[in-house]
Amino acid sequence: MATERTFILTAIEPVAAATWRLQLSGDTSGLRCAGQFVMVSVPEFYLRRPVSVCDCEPGLLTLIVKVMGEGTAALCALRPGREISLLCGLGNGFDLSACPKGKEAMIIGGGVGVAPLLLLCKQLREADRHVTAVLGFNTKEDIFLEKELEAAGADVIVATADGSAGCQGFVTDAIRMCVLKSDYFYACGPRPMLKALCTQLRQDGEVSTEERMGCGAGICYGCTCQTTSGPKRTCKEGPVFKKEELVW
Amino acid sequence: MVDLSVNLGDIRLDNPVIPASGTCGFGLELAEWYDINMLGAISLKGTTRDPRFGNALPRIAECPSGLINSVGLENPGIDKLLSEKIPALRAIYHKPIIANISGFSVEDFAFCAEKAESCPDIDILEVNISCPNVHGGGMALGTDPEVAAAVTRAVKQVSSKPVFVKLTPNVTDIVTIARACEAAGADGLTVINTLLGMRIDIRTRKPVVAAGTGGFSGPAIFPIAVRAVYQVAHACRIPVMGCGGISTAEEVIEMLMAGAAAVQVGSASLVNPLACKEIIEQLPVVMERLGLKDLKQLKLN
Repeated sequence: MATERTFILTAIEPVAAATWRLQLSGDTSGLRCAGQFVMVSVPEFYLRRPVSVCDCEPGLLTLIVKVMGEGTAALCALRPGREISLLCGLGNGFDLSACPKGKEAMIIGGGVGVAPLLLLCKQLREADRHVTAVLGFNTKEDIFLEKELEAAGADVIVATADGSAGCQGFVTDAIRMCVLKSDYFYACGPRPMLKALCTQLRQDGEVSTEERMGCGAGICYGCTCQTTSGPKRTCKEGPVFKKEELVW
Repeated sequence: MVDLSVNLGDIRLDNPVIPASGTCGFGLELAEWYDINMLGAISLKGTTRDPRFGNALPRIAECPSGLINSVGLENPGIDKLLSEKIPALRAIYHKPIIANISGFSVEDFAFCAEKAESCPDIDILEVNISCPNVHGGGMALGTDPEVAAAVTRAVKQVSSKPVFVKLTPNVTDIVTIARACEAAGADGLTVINTLLGMRIDIRTRKPVVAAGTGGFSGPAIFPIAVRAVYQVAHACRIPVMGCGGISTAEEVIEMLMAGAAAVQVGSASLVNPLACKEIIEQLPVVMERLGLKDLKQLKLN
């Protein structure tokens, strides 16, 4: 069940260009699974900001935030010791059972969309699935979580659009060039990347989408998207949708 | 012990706090966060004759002390409201239910009101002639006193329920509209809906919300709401639900002192789903500090 809780920012450090890792301590019991998100209260801003959960263990939450505008800039300027109110455990999260035991999962992230893959990777590995992680970035300076995902037991492939690290191209190019096979895919990233994956990959899969949100709790209907089974709130019935549900 | 109850016309509310339409879904969304039976009443999401997807995304824009929304009356339609949403809410909730209806013509409102008449679980009809997010209806019906009166009359003709007309602040003189609705038989008024607003992304040179404009709400509009409630409550004899920017128990009392019989809390629930609960819990504390024993007939000196 989703909760409102006060967390303490215990550490904040840069992990890539304009990208920060925030470590927070507090009551994480509201979180159920990878792919869920939190709504973070930002000082001096009215609306909370949705941030996907990168990693979580009891009492400790890791978020990765990329500076995109004034709100995320203010969030990344906070100093350790600061109290932050979070709505915890929002959204549906990834469906681990969709990838059968002993099967191969491919987890694919683009840009800051790589963030939720760490907890997903850990949970898939715990559940005895083989994991290949494909990470797409614009350039070398944007890369993050590569080592953490390797440490969590994934085979990691990196692609950069400018070719400054790993395969040159998009994640779809890397999947094709490396002839990566899997039984099921999980993805999070920009909409064009998700569209390319959903239309090009033959295997079943699910993707985490991003929309500008009001409340993040299913109350305001500010983030409703059209799906093959009718209108759905990104924050409530999503943010993770099955490949066949999305309308491009 | 302080007495939190208020009278909204003939209906007694245990306390004056009502989540405003559009900021509590159809009730169950808020019930995930707290026991909504502690509310004075609840005003459900605006419902139209036919289902509506609403406006294109993005629908939300951050503002200083508030937000712009251009949801555009996304709703499942009046039939689903009556057959699914209200029964599901009634199963867990025993306080008054306010059904908020909207439309694009006088006939649309009469159609929805007539349908709602068959539903004994609806205690109050709130007639939304003030939505800024739909074209050719919504707010357009609430900016002309004669049209506002025509909608009110048409709803009253087919409805035996108390009818509260929700007014827009986007007019030269809200009192003219309020008086026209009162004369047409309204049992009460909700004052105010959102203000028409706009934000522009200076990087893309495009409006932040896809619809271009939207309804501005939040703490920034509270002084405007207090003024409008004060003007309307002192010009009309029917009860007023005061709405606009309320986020604290102190502001509830201020709105009641302006002349409201009860209040609606809107945007605050979008920032903190527990807002109404926390305001209700805080009310007795603030009342004791002010030496208030009850909340009825709070007047200005």
